[in-house]
Amino acid sequence: MTAVLESIYRGITYRGNEGHWAWILHRVSGLGIALFLSLHIVSIFLVGIGPKAYGWVHATLYVSPPAKILEVFLIFGVLYHAANGMRIIIIDFFPALGKYQRLIVRIELVIVILVFIPAAIITLASLF
Amino acid sequence: MKVTMRIRRFNPEKDKKPWWGEYTVDVEPTDRVLDALHQIKWYQDGTLTLRRSCAHGICGSDAMVINGRNALACKVLMRDVGKVCQVEPLRSMRIVKDLVVDMEPFFAKYRAVLPYLINEEEPPEKERLQSPEARERFDDTTKCILCAACTTSCPSYWANQDYIGPAAIVQAHRFIFDDRDQGALERLQILDDRDGVWRCRTVFNCVQACPRDIDVTKAIGEVKLAILEEL
Repeated sequence: MTAVLESIYRGITYRGNEGHWAWILHRVSGLGIALFLSLHIVSIFLVGIGPKAYGWVHATLYVSPPAKILEVFLIFGVLYHAANGMRIIIIDFFPALGKYQRLIVRIELVIVILVFIPAAIITLASLF
Repeated sequence: MKVTMRIRRFNPEKDKKPWWGEYTVDVEPTDRVLDALHQIKWYQDGTLTLRRSCAHGICGSDAMVINGRNALACKVLMRDVGKVCQVEPLRSMRIVKDLVVDMEPFFAKYRAVLPYLINEEEPPEKERLQSPEARERFDDTTKCILCAACTTSCPSYWANQDYIGPAAIVQAHRFIFDDRDQGALERLQILDDRDGVWRCRTVFNCVQACPRDIDVTKAIGEVKLAILEEL
């Protein structure tokens, strides 16, 4: 546990550039997605308990405002994790592109935000 | 100009854990962080321990974390560090004392990649000739001075010190792509390991940290591709 905390401390306190922050966001979004998948498995499993519990989670809890806000974070996490993963794969196969990595991270973020904004609006629209 | 130096101090014989020492130095803007450290050691506190040899960016002895980023103390100017300059020893290495870390695990990884020319053929009378184009292929990775700034800036290395690290891969690259060398396959097999090149997460901290401006991540990427093609 100490080693994990030390590793997190080093990650946060090191003054890296775009690649470093892209890596931290990749890890955080990955953890968020893993947490969601666990929650997803549990909520689907509720069907075994009965239609009432399953219905309450999916028709009441998941459409409540806090859940919708979390869903917006999930959308961003999935979009970012996918885009950043693609960036890493592309640079792995074309190492010479590494020279432009700071620019590539910025382009990637612009693409993620352009897709994220309409998706967030659609998700939050049901609240209004 | 006056600058406050915050230095991470640790004497294993006296201290239970590292602490921050604060010193005020009077320096010229064109002085280097190493000059400020010398000023402290020579005129304020002789117990401050640091490692340096050439003091001109060639030997790689004085790599440390300066304002949160790996660099050589002899290559960072005081005008670029602000009013408070924070200096720490390299991360993920055992601290021997103050800014001196145990480099032995780092050199063990360097030795592991067979960093020397392997060629079983009888050498010609004068020298093994090489075309300028063939020499150019690995020119970038010949610049490494083994300062460990790249390896200790790598998040994969922070998390797992069994990772061979960027510096050792750079050294391997220097010989793998040398057309006079015959040991490429052996080195690629060593690096094709869970603690070899595949632990690189393409974070690019190594490129930023390298005081010799080596494109470290590109070199690692080329070794990854060579493993895919050759093994």
